[in-house]
Amino acid sequence: MKLTGAEVVVASLKDEGVKHLFGYPGGAALHIYDALYNQDAVQHVLVRHEQGATHAADGYARASGKPGVVLVTSGPGVTNAVTGIATAYMDSIPMVVLTAQVPTGLIGDDAFQEVDTVGITRPCVKHNFLVKRVEELALTIKKAFFIANSGRPGPVVVDIPKDVTAQTTEYRYPDTVDIRSYAPVHKGHPKQIDRAVDLLLNASRPCIYSGGGIIQGGAEKELTALVRALGFPCTNTLMGLGGYPSNDPLFLGMLGMHGTYEANMAMYECDVMLAVGARFDDRVTGDLKKFSPNSKIIHVDVDPSSIGKNVNVEVPIVGDAQLVLADMLDRIRSTKSDDEPVAIPQWLEKIEHWRSHKSLEYDRQSELIKPQFVIETLYKVTNGGAYVTSDVGQHQMWAAQYYGFDSSRRWINSGGLGTMGFGLPAAVGVQLAHPDSAVACVTGEASIMMCIQELSTCKQYDLPIKIVNLNNRYMGMVRQWQEFFYDRRYSHSYLDALPDFVKLSESFGHVGILIEKPGDVEPALQEAFKQKDKLIFLDFITDQSENVYPMIAAGAGHNEMHLKPTAVGDAPLERELA
Amino acid sequence: MRRIISLLVENEAGALSRIAGLFSARGYNIESLTVAPTEDETLSRMTIVTYGSDQIIEQITKQLNKLIDVVRLVDLTEGRHIERELMLLKVVAEREHREEIKRLSDIFRGRIIDVTNNTYTIEITGPVAKLDAFIEALGDADVIEVVRSGVSGIARGERALRF
Repeated sequence: MKLTGAEVVVASLKDEGVKHLFGYPGGAALHIYDALYNQDAVQHVLVRHEQGATHAADGYARASGKPGVVLVTSGPGVTNAVTGIATAYMDSIPMVVLTAQVPTGLIGDDAFQEVDTVGITRPCVKHNFLVKRVEELALTIKKAFFIANSGRPGPVVVDIPKDVTAQTTEYRYPDTVDIRSYAPVHKGHPKQIDRAVDLLLNASRPCIYSGGGIIQGGAEKELTALVRALGFPCTNTLMGLGGYPSNDPLFLGMLGMHGTYEANMAMYECDVMLAVGARFDDRVTGDLKKFSPNSKIIHVDVDPSSIGKNVNVEVPIVGDAQLVLADMLDRIRSTKSDDEPVAIPQWLEKIEHWRSHKSLEYDRQSELIKPQFVIETLYKVTNGGAYVTSDVGQHQMWAAQYYGFDSSRRWINSGGLGTMGFGLPAAVGVQLAHPDSAVACVTGEASIMMCIQELSTCKQYDLPIKIVNLNNRYMGMVRQWQEFFYDRRYSHSYLDALPDFVKLSESFGHVGILIEKPGDVEPALQEAFKQKDKLIFLDFITDQSENVYPMIAAGAGHNEMHLKPTAVGDAPLERELA
Repeated sequence: MRRIISLLVENEAGALSRIAGLFSARGYNIESLTVAPTEDETLSRMTIVTYGSDQIIEQITKQLNKLIDVVRLVDLTEGRHIERELMLLKVVAEREHREEIKRLSDIFRGRIIDVTNNTYTIEITGPVAKLDAFIEALGDADVIEVVRSGVSGIARGERALRF
């Protein structure tokens, strides 16, 4: 069957099983847009800015486990998309970004709307392609999906010049693809797994630390089974929340800069650490010199370059988290004579002691709305079942700390790149992936302004997202750092001249609610989630002075946390090495 | 420590920039980088001389292996190997110095490949240290221009980097 390049693009997406394509048209993409007309296999979702397209595809991928797909035009279409591509890259999210390019004959001529797409995206993609011949198009798209979705996932860009989309070719979409230089490892090395299990079974102060790899690798069940078989405490990274149920007694909460006291102290004092699908990010480890000084580390990761990058590892295991953890579990069960968890009572008691500091406590009597209270109430109102996207800043940390994620793919945030503006467009993708589920976008008045135009997309596709705006009239996290480290010189962190969010939502055709009193928080959320067919913008006027605690200052160790001043005094807790 | 990393990469536009970009983005050192097609026209052979701690070198090899365009990779310095570099050197050679420079060039097994009344152009190959030693031996001679190819390397014995 002879097709034009543009038709090949659409046919390939259809054959790949793509249901949603997030995009924005433009000159170089017009042949492809023409091929999208009058077909309904692939639903095109028209965003209002290309950054929104990439974040929406990203949110779709995170919530569904399927790659997100984007189509943008050349030049500014691409440069606008770069933030979203880099966001997906940092968090290892599978995404295929089709970018239109000026015709091959004009490449390099500084043509209208030309940028070197392959060059500009190279450092923030897993791989990218420039398709120079229409005969290569279908195979290249197949390769892009294969690369994006295998091994350590990531975004792949396919740059398609306009003339290539006009030429015709015989179309056949390959069933499989073989790339000689690319062969991700799946199974972990059995000897290494044996060594890991020996270490775990002989540990006296074990700690399991898991990250986004559990979710990307679909290893939630295996992790939960392993933790329970061992009876060892488990902490999640920001990206890993939901990988282990937060309502489980063995869960320590999130670790790192704003992690719980018990999680960070357990990491500091453990003697054996099992790290799975996590990459020892600086926001997790704090000062590497002070990081978990007495532990032997087992590191399971699908990406060999993650292992040994920041910390020395005793037992490296390259492989899919799901397969490696299943093998470990088999090995543990065949080694142990009974089904009782190994659990180590003295260690668990120590953890309970740390937990008793209640590092997430906050003032519940306040006459102002406390942001933590809003998130807790959101959990209550949604029975912990909502998909929660967030932007970046204080509200993100509060959402991570106070919305207990009991299952995976519910927590959608930009962890690695920390992209303000992510939350709303990501929620677009999440709601399209799960049309009947409750989707909340937890945001702040600064972040939401960065991609506010996507309210219009939400209207066009009737997406009943609930926007939970924690409005403290400050870039809260910037203000917090200025308060702590810059002698309260609040340089450019105050947002003067904010819009009236209620009217703004209404002008986009949505409903806005202003909430100013703690007593109104729960009724407003109840009312919002009752309205299953409307986007509701909940503008919570929160306590401006609230800070995110606990906190490890940059350059400090896990044992040097600051707890909330009112709780324990504003001094680092002493080491409790007794 | 100094390492010679040898790679087979897909002979495609952009492969070189991916590798060079990796080094600059992650702050790794490059002492030299050479690249040329092989007998298999789909593959290019690249030799990178770099230096860093063992931990950095391990990261470099892992990050290179992660690039989709990298087909095979070996750290030649892990085994017995031969390294060679080609140098073209133009030097002022006048009157009483002409004979001295010729003799020196012979000692280093260099060849004079171009001559004018006032200059010699010398071709010399060898490991980096030998080329450095030759420049040093020239001492006071007036070196006009030095062109070095960067290092090429190959394993000794039967070990080979092939696809």
